[in-house]
Amino acid sequence: MRVVEKRQLLSAEEIGRTLQRLAHEIIEESSGAKNLALIGIRRRGVTLADRLVKAIRSLSKADVPMGILDIALYRDDLSTIGAQPSLQGTEIDFPVDDRDLVVVDDVLYTGRTIRAAMNGLFDLGRPRRVRLCVLIDRGHRELPVEATFVGRTVQTSDSEIVEVRLQETDGEERVVLVDRVP
Amino acid sequence: MQHLSHLLGVESLTTEQISFILDQAKPFQEFQRYPLKKLATLRGKTVAVAFFEASTRTRISFTTAAARLGADTMALQAESSSLKKGESLIDTVRTLEAMRPDGIVIRHGSSGAPEFVAKRLEIPVVNAGDGAHEHPTQALLDALTIRDRKGRIEDWNVTILGDILHSRVARSNIHLLSKFGAKITLCGPAMWVPRELEDLAPNVRRTTRTEEALEGADVIFVLRVQTERIHEPELAAEEYILGYQLTAKRLRLARPDALVLHPGPMIRGLEIDSAVADGPQSGVLEQVTNGLAVRMALLYHLIGRAPVDAPHPAKDRSNASD
Repeated sequence: MRVVEKRQLLSAEEIGRTLQRLAHEIIEESSGAKNLALIGIRRRGVTLADRLVKAIRSLSKADVPMGILDIALYRDDLSTIGAQPSLQGTEIDFPVDDRDLVVVDDVLYTGRTIRAAMNGLFDLGRPRRVRLCVLIDRGHRELPVEATFVGRTVQTSDSEIVEVRLQETDGEERVVLVDRVP
Repeated sequence: MQHLSHLLGVESLTTEQISFILDQAKPFQEFQRYPLKKLATLRGKTVAVAFFEASTRTRISFTTAAARLGADTMALQAESSSLKKGESLIDTVRTLEAMRPDGIVIRHGSSGAPEFVAKRLEIPVVNAGDGAHEHPTQALLDALTIRDRKGRIEDWNVTILGDILHSRVARSNIHLLSKFGAKITLCGPAMWVPRELEDLAPNVRRTTRTEEALEGADVIFVLRVQTERIHEPELAAEEYILGYQLTAKRLRLARPDALVLHPGPMIRGLEIDSAVADGPQSGVLEQVTNGLAVRMALLYHLIGRAPVDAPHPAKDRSNASD
């Protein structure tokens, strides 16, 4: 099995512009970001949430806290994967009770990661509202999960993989669609 | 890194494996502060908790760790004294196997019993204390407490006080800490610190003088004095208190920031003075909480693991699982 790059979905500039737009949308739809907090899902959701928080702070002057969620303990596929995923831990140092939360991830696919994230969040308290922000929505949902804030919607086939590569985690900045060929 | 399939002892672990377990315990330390302390991670899994020797805290700690991960436990308790050891163990193993647990935590009065079970079962085995051999989860939780309180595990002067000869806690800690470069001083009445103990690991020395043992110590382990042994005619309780009790005055001989640990249950006024047990240098209560975290991390990695021949997921979920 080989993995080949089919096409580029977003360039570095487009990622930057998309995040700016998402930051604007989040502020607009959150009554001025009051009570708002962002939760990044490990790994790349954390990088994206970090950038969004910076953008939101400079646009609205609101102090928006950010937390990190590790969903490893909440996955539903533990008995089907070989070794257990290593834990990196959840770091949310503010109470989530009554917060207006926006969960941030890089790619929305089956929806199972988000299901796990919701379980993790509700173990911490009772947020007032939870919405989802993703850079790429690639379809193929297996659960009733939709994102409120979407950077780009992409049609994909099941064998394809959307790879979000970010400077902080991958040393380059672009989103590509790759396919597996026998 | 070599993947763990059992935890039978600390002696055979690499420093990398030990550090991995301690790192993995971190999220579970945080978890103990959650308002809702119940995960569904190991839902549908069953952990057999087989204790052939009396224990309250270790058994409760393992049972709670399993419960907080969402696993069910089945408790097996037997008094090893009333059964012929070899026979009963084989019978128990067969009975257990028939009930299809996903893992077993075992405490037994005979050294090597967990290994014996591990050779006969397909499921992960965790040693919760075997004879005078090892008590690996205790050493791991101690290491976690040392790392948290003192910033690192490496290169400390470690003093262990008490009945070293009969202590699996001491053995596991000697193995673990010496892998991380500790200089270890064993101290107790002569009959409890025989020469052979020096062969356990490099940099182990013995003394019968408490003052000498405590000088310059960074970490002090106080072992429980087993009352059934203190009645031996060679040693009266008063004598032990006089010679070996960790008092506030003696503690001042150690480094000012020395950490005091005790595996419990503590007998205040015998091996340790209350002023020390409740003092700022005591890590006793953190040890209990860290025990939960370490055991949750172990169960998560050992029990949650799929069997080697399990069917592979139908689809790759690269994006979903990221």
